[in-house]
Amino acid sequence: MAARVRGLRVPRGLPFVLPYLPFLIAFGIAPTIYALDLAFTNVGGGWVGFHNFVRTYHDYRFVPAFKHILLYTTVWLAALVVLVVGLVLLLHGRVGRTASTFRFLYYIPGALAGAASVLVWLFMLDPVVSPGSFILHHVFGATLFAQAIAPARLPYVFAMIAFWTGAGGWIVVMYGALNTIPPDLEEAARIDGAGPFTIAFRLKLPLIRKWIAYMVILSFATGTQLFVEPQLVNQASLGLVPDTWSPNQLAYQLAFRYADFNAAAAIAADLLLIGLVAAAVIVTWTGLFRTDD
Amino acid sequence: MRHTALGVRLLVLITFAAFFIVPVVWLVLAPTKSDGALVSHSPLSFGSFHQVWLAWKHLDAFSDHIYRRWILNSLFYALTATAITVAVGVPAGYGLALGNFPGRKVILTLTLVAMIMPGAALVLPIFLELDALHLIGSVFSVILPFSFFPFGVYLAYIYYATALPKDLLDASRVDGCSEWQTFQRIALPLAKPVVALVFFFSFVADWNNFFLPLTVLADSKQYPIQVGLSDLLSSTPSFNPAQGGGGQTVNIFRPELALATLLAVVPVAIVFLLSQRSLVRGMLGGAVKQ
Repeated sequence: MAARVRGLRVPRGLPFVLPYLPFLIAFGIAPTIYALDLAFTNVGGGWVGFHNFVRTYHDYRFVPAFKHILLYTTVWLAALVVLVVGLVLLLHGRVGRTASTFRFLYYIPGALAGAASVLVWLFMLDPVVSPGSFILHHVFGATLFAQAIAPARLPYVFAMIAFWTGAGGWIVVMYGALNTIPPDLEEAARIDGAGPFTIAFRLKLPLIRKWIAYMVILSFATGTQLFVEPQLVNQASLGLVPDTWSPNQLAYQLAFRYADFNAAAAIAADLLLIGLVAAAVIVTWTGLFRTDD
Repeated sequence: MRHTALGVRLLVLITFAAFFIVPVVWLVLAPTKSDGALVSHSPLSFGSFHQVWLAWKHLDAFSDHIYRRWILNSLFYALTATAITVAVGVPAGYGLALGNFPGRKVILTLTLVAMIMPGAALVLPIFLELDALHLIGSVFSVILPFSFFPFGVYLAYIYYATALPKDLLDASRVDGCSEWQTFQRIALPLAKPVVALVFFFSFVADWNNFFLPLTVLADSKQYPIQVGLSDLLSSTPSFNPAQGGGGQTVNIFRPELALATLLAVVPVAIVFLLSQRSLVRGMLGGAVKQ
């Protein structure tokens, strides 16, 4: 039987990939093509060029939504780069066994992603019940929940939530990457008179540079797709925060409240483009996912 | 000098530990107190187990036991989709790693791009597609998109491409095994750690997904827990004073909401804590080994 199959020249490996192809096509390729098709046509299916893109751009909610996520991703990325790298280098010093305890503590909030993390932080930002109410009060001057989630603060609040859930995972990964340094090398550097700072910046930082690049690009792409956080805050704020705070929310509203699928598809295409460009940059530039030699 | 440096380092590490942990501790303690006690007592104090029971009774009574339904829905969606992901994704990674057929490179590149692209970017396009196919509102509109998990294919691919000796497979072929037997008897048993990793990542991603189910499901009885939580949030007067009267009748206040959040993360927390080590190995295995 086996010989006959080989005799028919079934290309080796292909049968194993076949069951996966319908999923790749149906939920990866087809929706992308269909969204692009909708974005460039009107309700009747007629070609309209970039009309939907221009139309959504001139929607009064479009520019603010993109400004919001731009500020949010900037703050979040800055926090990730400075604090994650800083904490990893601090941990990978000579604290020894305590390092694993800290890593574990930093990692725990990762279990509370999505809606759960937002709910936790809605409590944390409510000065009435928050364990950090003195910080809310004295540092941020917020005595009411509505003040703590004032629209101007939201990009920072969301950046903090994202950092809270995600930073620990990156710390664990980068710490693991640092552990690939042979101890001899560090010892040699020390004998040559290198201090802890020199070792951290000259020896360790270059080793995780790729991971930092990966983290930044991936987080940028993810950040632009923000949806659940502003959606829940909108529900908890009595409309103080608009339900079109982020581009994905705007697209969602266009599709569901106005049944304007072409406009929704145009915004989805904008966001897809950002995701695709980020993915292309990661694959081609960082070399982290070099799969074939 | 050296002691000061060590002290500063520890202080920074401890401050951040507090930032990461205090909200979790608060969440664990909150259901032990009444809504009034949450406001008046110290935020990190323990109340009583009786209060937890009361909070659960209120939560469970909400909307005719719908909370249990949401948890079961989440388990059903995440486990079914993850089972499909493993069954389809691991052989696909094997075929891509050891096969040589036209289109292999294209499939690999598309998988990589789909994997890196944020999932939310495809939610509205998938909705539009499912809507055109009249699949909106069915459980398949959640399970099938969840089952497409390119990261799982990638993990299996990397494992088979780097860690599996090709001689071993050739030996089994020489011994007369068919391609399928070779996979089943040699490649699959060797890949147990990868199967565990794929299971973990897929389960967590599915469990935490909010945007897709919100978009494609119509009936709140079909919601997974993540979307259910947002339903609860709009029913509590603590965050929605407009719900004042409603809150009294549904009995959903802060302790109930905190308990709902806590229970919703238990399954993920369990897999998470069990997986810290294999997670690192998996991530680094794919990237550092080149």
